Amino acid sequence: MDAGFPVRLSEIRDLLECDVLCGEDRLDLEIEECFAADLMSDVLAYCRPNALLLTGLTGVQSVHTADVAELAAVVYVNRKRPAGHILDIAREKEIPLLSTPRTLYEACGILRASGFAGGSRTR
Amino acid sequence: MTQERPREDDVAGAPADVLYREAFRISGGDYEHGGEVAARVKAILKELGIDPACSRRLSIANFEAEMNVIMYAESADLVLEVAGDEVRVTVADRGPGIPDIGLAMQEGYSTATAEMRARGFGAGMGLPNMKRNTDRFEIESVVGGGTTLRYAVRIA
Repeated sequence: MDAGFPVRLSEIRDLLECDVLCGEDRLDLEIEECFAADLMSDVLAYCRPNALLLTGLTGVQSVHTADVAELAAVVYVNRKRPAGHILDIAREKEIPLLSTPRTLYEACGILRASGFAGGSRTR
Repeated sequence: MTQERPREDDVAGAPADVLYREAFRISGGDYEHGGEVAARVKAILKELGIDPACSRRLSIANFEAEMNVIMYAESADLVLEVAGDEVRVTVADRGPGIPDIGLAMQEGYSTATAEMRARGFGAGMGLPNMKRNTDRFEIESVVGGGTTLRYAVRIA
């Protein structure tokens, strides 16, 4: 089934069975493309603005990367959750953070099957 | 991160075209705050009304530079200068220096430790990322002395 694009973040939450860690008030954000990496340098190098980031990296740099690269939101895979003070930074920057029980591979597969394009720019 | 006092009015000694100048201290090894200087500079550029695409490119370079200092150096000062036609940044560190700059500029070349990689950095992308996202990029390094980066993004 192809989702109608753009897709709201709330629909991605449902697709990936996510817990919303912060940014509950921003679930109507519209997402057109996704990017997945644990290497923040790859995100900074190749990810287009407004993409959704899927990652297993829960350090503070994941939120700073989302801020600097102007990403729409971050989904942490494998039920991972960043520490409380990192959620505070994300709230301040108005970046929604979600957590999915899916692995990175599964989460990407689900989104890809739903019609999401990869949010990378050409090298 | 220790932020020095605001320097909106402290453009003395800076080139004549500098409209805004502020310096930030970055402490080596301080992974927990890695990214704060880049985030702060990005907020300043937004307040100053700098074009978002230019601000994003410069901020990506700043973030990589900041993480390089945290990973490799003792400390550094990042100096932001906004001029009429470009935003300039100088990052002068007190660190080990880079023995072979040509090698360090190659994508994928890295001397990072496992801890650095666990943070999502240190995969040999930093310097190439900085060059790619800036309109001017210069690097000077003295082994045992430190490394100085000078880069700029045009805003005109």
